[in-house]
Amino acid sequence: MIGQDLLGMEQLSREQIGRILHTAERMQEVGAREVKKVPTLRGRTIVNLFFEASTRTKASFEIAGKRLSADVVNFTPSTSSMKKAESILDTARTLDAMDPDCVVVRHAVAGVPHRIAQVLTAPVVNAGDGAHEHPTQALLDLLTVKQAKGRIDGLSVTIIGDVLHSRVARSNIYGFTKMGAEVRVAGPPTLIPKGIERLGVKAFTNLEQALIGADVVMALRIQNERLAGSHVPSVREYAATFGLDRTRLQYAKEDAIVMHPGPVNRGVELSQELVDHRPSVILDQVRNGVALRMAVLYLITGRPHASVQAEEG
Amino acid sequence: MRKILIRGGRILDPSRERDEVADLLLENGSVAGSGRNLRVDGAELIDATGLWVAPGFIDLHAHLRTPGQEHKEDIASGGRAAVAGGFTAVACMANTDPVNDDPAMTDFILDRARQESPARVYPVAAATRGLKGEVMTEMSALLEAGAVAFSDDGKTIMDSGVMRRVLSYSKLVGLPIITHAEDRTLVGSGVVNEGHVSTVLGLPGNPSVAEHVHVERDVLLAELTGAHLHVGHVSTAGAIDAIRRGRERGVHVTCEVTPHHLTLTDEACLGYDTNTKVAPPLRGDADRSACRRALAEGVIDAIATDHAPHAVHEKDQEFSDAPPGMIGLETALAVVLELVRAGELSPLELVRRLATNPARVISVAGGSLHDGSAADVVLIDPERRWRYDPAKGYSKSRNSPWAGVELTGRAVATFVGGRLAFQLERGVLLP
Amino acid sequence: MAHSHSAGSSTNSERGRTQHSPEAEPPLQSNAVRLVFDDPGIRRALTRIAHEIVERNESPELLYLVAIPNGGIPLARRLKANLGEIARVEVPLGILDTTLYRDDLSARGERPLLRETEMPSGVDGRVVVLVDDVVKSGRTVRAAMDALMDFGRPRSVQLVGLVDRGHRELPIKLDYVGKNVPTSAHETVRLQAAPDASAGELEVVVAGGEAREPGERG
Repeated sequence: MIGQDLLGMEQLSREQIGRILHTAERMQEVGAREVKKVPTLRGRTIVNLFFEASTRTKASFEIAGKRLSADVVNFTPSTSSMKKAESILDTARTLDAMDPDCVVVRHAVAGVPHRIAQVLTAPVVNAGDGAHEHPTQALLDLLTVKQAKGRIDGLSVTIIGDVLHSRVARSNIYGFTKMGAEVRVAGPPTLIPKGIERLGVKAFTNLEQALIGADVVMALRIQNERLAGSHVPSVREYAATFGLDRTRLQYAKEDAIVMHPGPVNRGVELSQELVDHRPSVILDQVRNGVALRMAVLYLITGRPHASVQAEEG
Repeated sequence: MRKILIRGGRILDPSRERDEVADLLLENGSVAGSGRNLRVDGAELIDATGLWVAPGFIDLHAHLRTPGQEHKEDIASGGRAAVAGGFTAVACMANTDPVNDDPAMTDFILDRARQESPARVYPVAAATRGLKGEVMTEMSALLEAGAVAFSDDGKTIMDSGVMRRVLSYSKLVGLPIITHAEDRTLVGSGVVNEGHVSTVLGLPGNPSVAEHVHVERDVLLAELTGAHLHVGHVSTAGAIDAIRRGRERGVHVTCEVTPHHLTLTDEACLGYDTNTKVAPPLRGDADRSACRRALAEGVIDAIATDHAPHAVHEKDQEFSDAPPGMIGLETALAVVLELVRAGELSPLELVRRLATNPARVISVAGGSLHDGSAADVVLIDPERRWRYDPAKGYSKSRNSPWAGVELTGRAVATFVGGRLAFQLERGVLLP
Repeated sequence: MAHSHSAGSSTNSERGRTQHSPEAEPPLQSNAVRLVFDDPGIRRALTRIAHEIVERNESPELLYLVAIPNGGIPLARRLKANLGEIARVEVPLGILDTTLYRDDLSARGERPLLRETEMPSGVDGRVVVLVDDVVKSGRTVRAAMDALMDFGRPRSVQLVGLVDRGHRELPIKLDYVGKNVPTSAHETVRLQAAPDASAGELEVVVAGGEAREPGERG
């Protein structure tokens, strides 16, 4: 996998996902040490190319790179919709000329990491592109579930919320279905893409039905713009129909866990009580994020070795 | 004056239902005769063995970007691209900068065309001032200046009351109203056909119903007013059905389809190539099939390129921000020949949709090889294999999804008014 | 069932598995496989080494056995048992994967799979006894020492190698050797479960003439 781009979960095989998770579990141990650093990527340059603002994901990647002793550089091009200083591909070409070993890209528009990957020699990690994919989020979610439940195969996962605009939903749908879980999505009809069943999930507009027997319940963040009336009439209505609280959670299995990619709109997607205490594993997700990103950076940073390229896969 | 004898080609003249191998004589800018083994003294001989001989194609829908956007294309380069593609005439849309909503502007365009374009240029003037969809343009004055139709293409007239009055008024001048039918409120921020592909790509979707809704509306309004409605770049089964039903009721509605909507689907967008971003978007397989069927059945009258040049740096942006459109004058023939090879259209029927019917829609001369008609002729080698490199083409722009693709079929010579304007070996020939 | 062992002469080869996948390596296919150390021989060697460790170290309560996966693990376990008997001391047993400290990570197509690391005791002030099955170039040991330093400051570090097969590339010396096995560079030497043996029996074999496997290290 060295030198291979990680643009989405769609392209990963079950075997590759397993490999990444296995490696992330080992990286967790590094995070538990007092000296949380290993020399593995010493001398490598990792660039965080974030066109879309993000504190947590960027920090997570930065910490991950630094724990591997890499030099991490943050590059935040102006995203003003007025005249852009430089086109995206020009930015990528300029970066390519500086020979980074890995570039992490986040952008508000889908497809940008793909275009950038065509220009860069270094591998590209998609840290979120529009509504398309956010593979490291899905991978850390898979890791969290694997550790909480001991397995992923055969579990029932329910994803609640704005699936239409969510890259986290898409990546998780690919990830969990590839690893053998049964995935259901639930949300207001205006926020569930038509034909989502083609991705191998069942869609519900009734939350209770979607929760029956779930082992894992994942609530997605709903943006204020959607709540303001365009897709959902009001915050109050969304919380009343799709907000998860203890009562609704009873429809799921007794030992179901609650997840959320964060940041949580308390009282909207999740009731107050569900955020901070078990069965919520939200903080585990965050913690696992660093280990997972360390695993990804470890596995792909670098140029593919010419003579052993055939070993990839 | 010049006599040109085109020998031994397969003559395809839909105006006379003619499909046979024969010679064609051009003299003084007109077709002067046709028959087998003609002997004409002093005529320049052109061997057309193995080639098709057809009336020059007429493109009902192209953007020549003049005035105001000449970095993408201008009348000279657009005209050259046209004859290189076998088009002897091009109808150019009004969404220029400033908009062609004024007789002086129409005049300017025609003047430029006379000086610089090897192909005929027929300006389509705006239907409403500034393309704002509020106040109609001076259609009578524009007709006099040389406009052949009116269209707000690029935009849509959202206000149905305005659309009704525009259609109604157009009867004064008897020119068609060409629409870009898309309910903008349904399109929203959609940039790709709404469906499985848009879900997988994570891009906002543009549902086919956005086109259907407006075509139903426009057909009803055309019925109400008795005007001639021409639906631009139709792409959905729903819209086609609305058009067919309208025609059955006697509504004067015609329509066109692009080469890309006949051959590509939204799956071409997987991979985020902005050269596949177009409005209306590439649709799903069912819509594509419906377009092909409707074209073969004659429900769709014409093939029009919607040649929409954009500069490299403009297409080199995020998918959502890149302007929609692809160039098509130089590749249209090769692309639509696929339908002939698939047995869906005969060569004669293809030519009808590329030349004869377009001439009828905008009521200009052309699409015919009968004696006395203007010598706008194209020689086609349907088997010619070539790799398309937009950088080597005549258009200033390169935004084509067929860049680098091996194509089959090409115009090898184009005559406009009896003058050889393009020959494959020598390129575009200017007077 | 026997512990899993890595293919090739090194504990840190590409196809190494964690100790939790308990399938033993199948015997090598090559014709020229020779047994150089059988289970009774290994046991005797480990008994002797345990005695040597006690001899050399005045304060056995400071000892800390740290196994280099995968081969070092069963050996370290036996040593722990031996030391318990001989010196009546409960020596802590750690497992330290050295993969993240390797010096050859860029020269390959795939990053090697990581193995378990479990260090139950702190390293400060301890006499760390590294345990590896086969020592060849010395690079694995070098990586292990770097890793160890990240855990703290041992009082000293000593090295047990069950088999010393020579071909050092770094100045690493073994403090305790089970057996010296001269080999040519392209042979593979490995610790594996003894076939048709009862649980836990080990043996070391040398396979001659096989091309050097990617990931082979010493």
